[in-house]
Amino acid sequence: MQWETVIGLEIHTQLSTISKIFSGASTAFGAEPNSQACLVDLGMPGVLPVLNVEAVRKAVIFGTAIGAEIGRRSVFDRKNYFYPDLPKGYQISQLEFPIVGPGEVEITLENGESRMIGVTRAHLEEDAGKSLHEDFHGMTGIDLNRAGTPLLEIVSEPDMRSAVEAVIYAKKIHQIVRYLGVSDGNMQEGSFRCDANVSVRPLGQQELGTRAELKNINSFRFLERAINFEVERQIELIEEGGRVVQETRLYDSDKDETRSMRSKEEANDYRYFPDPDLLPIELDDAFIEDAVAALPEMPDVRRARFESDLGLSNQDAATVTSSRELADYFETAATIGGDTRLAVNWVMGEFSAALNKAGLDITNSPVSAEHFGGLIKRMADNTISGKIAKEVFEAMWSGDGSADEIIEAKGLKQITDSGAIEAIVDEVIANSVPQVENYRQADAEKQPKMLGYFVGQVMKASKGKANPQQVNALLREKLSG
Amino acid sequence: MSFDQSEVEKIAHLARLAVSDDEAKHLTTDLLRILDLVAVMDEVDASGVAAMAHPLHMTQRLRVDEVTETDQREQYQQIAPATEDGLYLVPRVIE
Repeated sequence: MQWETVIGLEIHTQLSTISKIFSGASTAFGAEPNSQACLVDLGMPGVLPVLNVEAVRKAVIFGTAIGAEIGRRSVFDRKNYFYPDLPKGYQISQLEFPIVGPGEVEITLENGESRMIGVTRAHLEEDAGKSLHEDFHGMTGIDLNRAGTPLLEIVSEPDMRSAVEAVIYAKKIHQIVRYLGVSDGNMQEGSFRCDANVSVRPLGQQELGTRAELKNINSFRFLERAINFEVERQIELIEEGGRVVQETRLYDSDKDETRSMRSKEEANDYRYFPDPDLLPIELDDAFIEDAVAALPEMPDVRRARFESDLGLSNQDAATVTSSRELADYFETAATIGGDTRLAVNWVMGEFSAALNKAGLDITNSPVSAEHFGGLIKRMADNTISGKIAKEVFEAMWSGDGSADEIIEAKGLKQITDSGAIEAIVDEVIANSVPQVENYRQADAEKQPKMLGYFVGQVMKASKGKANPQQVNALLREKLSG
Repeated sequence: MSFDQSEVEKIAHLARLAVSDDEAKHLTTDLLRILDLVAVMDEVDASGVAAMAHPLHMTQRLRVDEVTETDQREQYQQIAPATEDGLYLVPRVIE
């Protein structure tokens, strides 16, 4: 029998606020355990949550970016369950009236086809703390620094049909939240986590199969592997006459398998009800307009513009718009440099290689986009050759200043004065009598290869500054005579 | 209104409340009477009335995103039954 896989994703993305969603404790990563957990985060009696405006604004920015309806009036609910890293015994979340309503996201599949994936909703909620199960004399350690961190849970429709599609969609959401600056998307630090709802059904059947929920997957590679494992498990189970039960499963990346989280039948009975500690949020036009005004150009729009206005190839445009920082860097460098082609090649080549080698992120680049643009400009106007440009770039990387300053200080300006080049060429020819003899006696097809020797000598004598095109032309002319 | 003792036991379990058989019986009766009272409202035509999320006709005030809390871990952990390396210790949780 042919099976069809159906996947929906719930993505928890941490909103990049400096304080928590309902308290004034810091959200900075990596602090001493419990040093950023205040009375509200600890769930002490007698304290009240107060909503962080920035969390609301970031949710609205995301909703607007995916063309979703913004909940003018949204309500916080309590989701009740017991776990030691949830001190209040409930998580403040949103059920019936989320801040972001239905929207959609366009993804591009591997074959180049595009597909719309429905986003059912996105709601604000608080994160729980962290349980450490290492041995503390047979006890569990609880760190509540993360408790109360603002999350936006983005829930998709069951619109994906393979693990690969799910990964493409997750990457798209990741790109969007980072472009918008609503989340840093850092997966190692848990700022972007996926739950996947996976089911299978006979191809052609309308009705959905029973789904299993795969929890807390924090890498795209694991997402793909977890779904693939789960799909195979379900198909095998059904083909052997079994039945898929609705349950939560954990993906174990070491064993590359999913396993049941000892399902309690009533575990999903969260008894949601409106949180009496929080009033409904009502957003006015001004608030929403303000958030919309903060929207940057979205990656797809930017990519199309780079293709049509800057003449980039489809592939190059996709590469340089993969992150907002890279796109900004490229665009600044290309604008200042005045040569798009050179800017793409150098940003993706020399510059990216240097970042990789130094293990640096583009935001920590020692060479600013403005300085890099200055370098492109001097290549474009023939002040320096590509070879010299590498030398200038290295000096820029070490902090020696702008391209112009380095070219001036090191005297690297390309010699384009034909008189000066001719003088060097004449000198080289005069000093290379046997080589000149050989060249003149050689077959015409061998001569171009032999020319290299003379070019090398001229470049050496000019310390690499002679314009290579002019050198070549002059040498050919003089040697033939 | 259909509501029996097993429902009370289920809710008690979800809320981690230890309720004796006798207490469950009484609670069932009490809760049924409360539900009957609420059921009176079924007679009112409430179509077109928006569900109430909060009894106060006010909306949420928002807080500026700034850190106002300082680290007071030492003080907070004084009332904890067990702590180590800054962590609160609880009976082992098995997943």
